[in-house]
Amino acid sequence: MKKAYFHWELPQEPPLFDDLFNQNLIKEVHPEDWVNPIPAKCYNLVIIGGGTAGLVAAAEAARFGAKVALIERSFLGGNCLNVACIPSKTLARAGRVCSDIRYAASYGVQGNLPLENFEVDFPKVMERIRKIRARIGRHDSAERFRDLGVDVFFGEATFKDEKTIKVNHLILRFKKALVATGSRPATPNIPGLAESGYITNETVFNLNELPKRLMVIGGGPLGCEFAQAFQRLGAKVIVVQNKTLFLPNEERDAAQLLSDSFAKDGMQLRLNTTVSKISLHGKEKLVELSNQNNTEVVAVDEILTGVGRTRNVEGLGLENANIHFNLKNGIMVNDFLQTTNPRVFAAGDVCSDFMYTHAASAAARIVIQNALFRKHKRISKLVIPWCTYTDPEVAHVGVYVRDARAKDLPIKSYTILMHQIDRSIIDGEETGFVKVHVREGTDQILGATIVARHAGEMINEVSLAMVMGLGLADLEKVIHSYPTQAEAIPKAGDAYVKTKLSPRFENAARLWFKLIR
Amino acid sequence: MRNATEQTNFLNELQKKSFQYFLDLYNPNNGLIPDTDENNAPASITGVGFALSSYPVAVEKKLLSREEAVKRTLVTLKFFFESEQSEKLNATGYKGFYYHFLDMKTGCRTWKSELSIIDTGFLLAGVICTAEYFKQKNESEVEIQKLASGILNRVDWRWALDERAALSHGWRPESSFIHYDWEGYSEALLLYCLALGSDNFAVSKKSFEAWSSTYQWENIYDVDFLYAGPFFIHLFSHAWIDFRDIRDKFMHAKKIDYFENTRRAIQVQRAYCIRNPKNFIGYGKNCWGITADAGPDYYKQFRSGDEVVFFGYSARGVPYGPDDGTIAPWACVASLPFDPDSAFDAINHLHQTYPQLRGKYGFKCSFNMSINPVWFLERFYAMDVGIIIMMIENAQSGLVWNLMKKSRILQRGLTRAGFSGGWLEGKSS
Repeated sequence: MKKAYFHWELPQEPPLFDDLFNQNLIKEVHPEDWVNPIPAKCYNLVIIGGGTAGLVAAAEAARFGAKVALIERSFLGGNCLNVACIPSKTLARAGRVCSDIRYAASYGVQGNLPLENFEVDFPKVMERIRKIRARIGRHDSAERFRDLGVDVFFGEATFKDEKTIKVNHLILRFKKALVATGSRPATPNIPGLAESGYITNETVFNLNELPKRLMVIGGGPLGCEFAQAFQRLGAKVIVVQNKTLFLPNEERDAAQLLSDSFAKDGMQLRLNTTVSKISLHGKEKLVELSNQNNTEVVAVDEILTGVGRTRNVEGLGLENANIHFNLKNGIMVNDFLQTTNPRVFAAGDVCSDFMYTHAASAAARIVIQNALFRKHKRISKLVIPWCTYTDPEVAHVGVYVRDARAKDLPIKSYTILMHQIDRSIIDGEETGFVKVHVREGTDQILGATIVARHAGEMINEVSLAMVMGLGLADLEKVIHSYPTQAEAIPKAGDAYVKTKLSPRFENAARLWFKLIR
Repeated sequence: MRNATEQTNFLNELQKKSFQYFLDLYNPNNGLIPDTDENNAPASITGVGFALSSYPVAVEKKLLSREEAVKRTLVTLKFFFESEQSEKLNATGYKGFYYHFLDMKTGCRTWKSELSIIDTGFLLAGVICTAEYFKQKNESEVEIQKLASGILNRVDWRWALDERAALSHGWRPESSFIHYDWEGYSEALLLYCLALGSDNFAVSKKSFEAWSSTYQWENIYDVDFLYAGPFFIHLFSHAWIDFRDIRDKFMHAKKIDYFENTRRAIQVQRAYCIRNPKNFIGYGKNCWGITADAGPDYYKQFRSGDEVVFFGYSARGVPYGPDDGTIAPWACVASLPFDPDSAFDAINHLHQTYPQLRGKYGFKCSFNMSINPVWFLERFYAMDVGIIIMMIENAQSGLVWNLMKKSRILQRGLTRAGFSGGWLEGKSS
């Protein structure tokens, strides 16, 4: 029987889990008895990569009646289902529960046991992750796609020429193709790291025992999410970031609030610090940290790296199909997501800096429109929000203030603190803010940053406004349920409207009311 | 305090007590001023900058004779001009800049501190201020002029860019430049004016643009202002520069000046403390001043079931924090020029409500009523007493501002940064 394993790049890794949930998942996303179909004479669309972009494109194309082939070398569902969004957010949810329990006393909730001393059953936490992954995996199942009319192939795909792809021993001819092979974790070049052993987002979900001391290398979104989740589950976490702030691409205030939240969780933070070398002493990993000229050695039980992504472009025979690419930026595409081979398109992490599931999904829809219906939809026209699922969450859409100012674009931010919102006070979730950036002198929304416990939910309202061309004053008119945390958004609109009241108007109004009383 | 005379008397007395710090703790051999009044505290070059700026005030307020003030100034400037400038680990400075902390006796670098660009800026502002005041044509004051020129002209601002656009935070002989640059609205406004106005090593306007490129113009609590969290940012450069009616490109577009911006920052401080989102004891419309300063040492305490973390010395700020209930009364005093009514209401409130705040050198630098037991900082900081002396004087007579307005370096720096209008009109760049 095929064992369940989750190591994206090295499927020969020994399996760790063989439980019912992983068996169910495998049945859905890479059935062991799957027989590749006999290829059609020619496909309207051949898709390499069964992650989000590939699956969305396959379903869309099949819905329109196109003959579609989908090739996956490992598990359908890609990073999102197997080693990223789904399992990592499930892990974070367990961490959030721990945090809520830890602070339950401040809500007047006391248990028979001191709540500070509650226990985390880590294997159960991991089991829940596998359970949820298996459940959501049903939607990405090979059988479901076969039923949609998609020819699903499992195997390594290689371009033979500009019109042909080989998968295992089979030849697939295409009118159009989509490369959606995604990305994998980048490996930091640290002496001793490989020898000492480390985990990434691809292997972390194999853990069945909580590391007592965990070092997370990298303070970007992935590193921050894992670090906080593990700390809350009971590990002693040290986060090492070689830059001066966490989430360096986000606004400083957002990163600052996150740092404060990490400190409250008890995490050890090492900013502006690099890992110079690692060695293994027994079961301990000794990590040498450098900050300017100061060095220290820290002993940990496990190391998790989260220092960026590498695009999966190798071994695809892209050069045979005249598709230009490089290792850093991936496949080169134009604004219509067309590669240098006009028959071939790309979508998702392999070609985009927006390495998010929802961005890959949106890109796949554009590819279907442009590749199959000869439309000219532009990726640059998309409004793509994103969110780092820490607690508080940090979400953003549109431009950053620094980018606007670099372009000499007059920009003004209307900021509502979460402590101004009744529901946040009620929930004890006052850390954060809603900042809506407008073109100064107008209410045209250029972007927004939200830091709040549910920022990922809240940012969508601002995205909607931007897509529909609504201004900040329009958001002020939208009646929101009370009490909700999303009220911060119309309050930002209200702040804008108040600034439109000129002193002259105020004086005139004062005079008018004096006259009529 | 019922009337203007009582207020003036109170402020004069506060100014006098604060100045006593410099009288008591000045080292007559080298002019150095300790960072704090604790035993064995090192000298802080920022403290020296504030002391130098306070000597003219003390002469005018008859707290110090002109002769004594000249003597102190000469000793100080001689030390800074003649002390070792090299890459050696224990030098006093390098490339015209100085180490943040110096040994009080030897004047050598101590605490492995960084060659601090910003603290050198505050020191140089003090040098300029004192040189603009002691200008009589006698031997001592001519010597002050020469020494001041020597100190100011050798500062290699371009080196401090480390081949980037913005000024670096500092440098260490062991590891070269610190990885942080001065970007975004901060106390470095003064620094850039000095660097742009330098005779020999002026940085270009691009540096000022790099610094201001991350400005955040925000509407918070219905107040439009150039955001900076820690309140001292809105005060420190203003201790030397009168920003009334002079505007750079950014402020021109916003139709206000940096002075008005600080007044608005006071409004935000007050609005935050009225809201008091973390329910700290004492906060209110007359109890504000959340800024960088010492506070209760780092630890956690539970209060009414809520966890409160105390941060020790931290750059506290509003509205995003960090905030642990620590208030710095000097910040209210330093607000006098901008919003006299709000500032004096706060001063009066703090003085009347918390008699424990009254210390040897005036208001204690910070306190926290939300910790058990309540906490008052028992040491005084040179820069905190210094800014009290200077800002009371600026509010009363504008003495420091008026002296600085005469500085060619500052005029040129402001003009090159794009400032115009107000008192800068007619000044050549």
